[in-house]
Amino acid sequence: MSHYELRCRECGRGWGNQPRSICDDCFSPLEIVYDYEALRSKSNGSALTRERVSQRAPNMWRYAELLPLPQGFQPRLPVGFTPLFSAPHLAERLSGTTAAAANLYIKNDAVCLPTLSFKDRVVAVALANARAFGFDTVSCSSTGNLANAVAAHAAREGLKAWIFIPSDLEPAKILGTNVFGAKVVRIAGNYDQVNRLCSQIADEHRWGFVNVNLRPYYAEGSKTVGFEIAEQLGWRLPDNVVCPMAGGSLITKIKKAFDELIKLGLVEPKEVKFFGAQATGCSPISTAIKTGSSEIEPQKPNTIARSLAIGNPADGHYAIKTIKGSGGWSEDVSDPEVVDSIRLLAETEGIFTETAGGVTVGCAGKLYRQDRILPEETTVLCVTGNGLKTTDVLAGVYRTERPIAPKLTEFENYLQQTLEVAEVPEVIRAAEETVQIGA
Amino acid sequence: MAITVQIPTALRRHTDGVGSITCTASNLTDLFSVLDQKFPALKPHLRDDQGQIRRFLNVYVNEEDIRFLGGQGYAFQEGDEVLLVPSIAGGVK
Repeated sequence: MSHYELRCRECGRGWGNQPRSICDDCFSPLEIVYDYEALRSKSNGSALTRERVSQRAPNMWRYAELLPLPQGFQPRLPVGFTPLFSAPHLAERLSGTTAAAANLYIKNDAVCLPTLSFKDRVVAVALANARAFGFDTVSCSSTGNLANAVAAHAAREGLKAWIFIPSDLEPAKILGTNVFGAKVVRIAGNYDQVNRLCSQIADEHRWGFVNVNLRPYYAEGSKTVGFEIAEQLGWRLPDNVVCPMAGGSLITKIKKAFDELIKLGLVEPKEVKFFGAQATGCSPISTAIKTGSSEIEPQKPNTIARSLAIGNPADGHYAIKTIKGSGGWSEDVSDPEVVDSIRLLAETEGIFTETAGGVTVGCAGKLYRQDRILPEETTVLCVTGNGLKTTDVLAGVYRTERPIAPKLTEFENYLQQTLEVAEVPEVIRAAEETVQIGA
Repeated sequence: MAITVQIPTALRRHTDGVGSITCTASNLTDLFSVLDQKFPALKPHLRDDQGQIRRFLNVYVNEEDIRFLGGQGYAFQEGDEVLLVPSIAGGVK
């Protein structure tokens, strides 16, 4: 018998395990619940401990007991366990003080395998279940990263993939779906329209839609971001998490992950504040937080952060609850701020993130300036996607340099013409000074 | 003035399998009254204990979320196609 099952988030009715995401009784979303007692039990030798986890391979499957994985499932991809590293230079720039330098961390899912976004985590869990439920075709509505992930994982698993996307997606995200042999259906509409269409298609076709009928399983994959943050901090929880929000699921699942680790005694209990980040051009959740509303007012997205451009977020209600309940807050940033923040993260810490990461970094700066995040607090920023997928937003930011002849004198001329004195590298300046002294 | 209402699979067990109806409701409140009358078993699934439309039920008119058209205040037009869609749809046939 399985140690997990579906349960309605509102009325509590149990639904066993099946491809289903809503409760027929009250229309509310279903969620996976686990038999935590069995995972705690020392008597049967299956208790989940730090030692057991740390002996396993460095990927998200090390937390298998806390994921809804069918019996006999054998992972075929080493998804997750992305780096968590300290970001001292960024911390100084965002907070304006050196006090934050030792306390800011980046969880870098820009290098998550196989498709360079955190969506690989959710898809890995969804497809494990798609196979078990007998689907031969998997599908999704996507703002891009999910499309890439479903297409790649489906190829690996030998499943057919139908991917539905808004027609204006970044070319790299479309190409990064095509290449895996998936059938890509471009819809002349925004994500919310694509998603609504997929809801209707899921009603008519027996396909495994990862974010529709497989959604409760899929969403659990996001918890691994939270498990890893805690383990990589030395089995402790941070004070703050800043998380980008599109559908609003990730932030709620990181919270669930922390709660589960506390429940199992793997970390000390702690009140973690959750901060949500959105683009101003699509900010239904941050608007609700700022206006004190507990409900989402849908918006028509208009932002370069297309991976976050969901105007009617499915988990918006729960994201609001998570943020408010934790004492956190939500911010949003303009498109120019998104671009500036992408550059700031790259220039200070060597991480090239996509627009969603720019949103997160930009909002984190605001939260430091508002003293909602304090420099002495341990803060983790979730970078969820890779900048190579959204290079179009940097078009025109950098000029194309005039080529020079392959001669040292040409280079020296170029250096003099191009750089201000302050920018001339130290070693060259020193050499020039020596020459002048000699003269 | 007639409009068409599409009912998702998840709710059809409360409508004796009926997937679509035509009616003459003039607005959303009116439409829900029509549905209540026609399919009494459906009512508790569409409304909460306070009689409000359930949070996770989205209503679309000709592919547009009714909240962008004025919500409860929107007056249905002749030929409107109304979709009831769970905010996260699901279930298989």
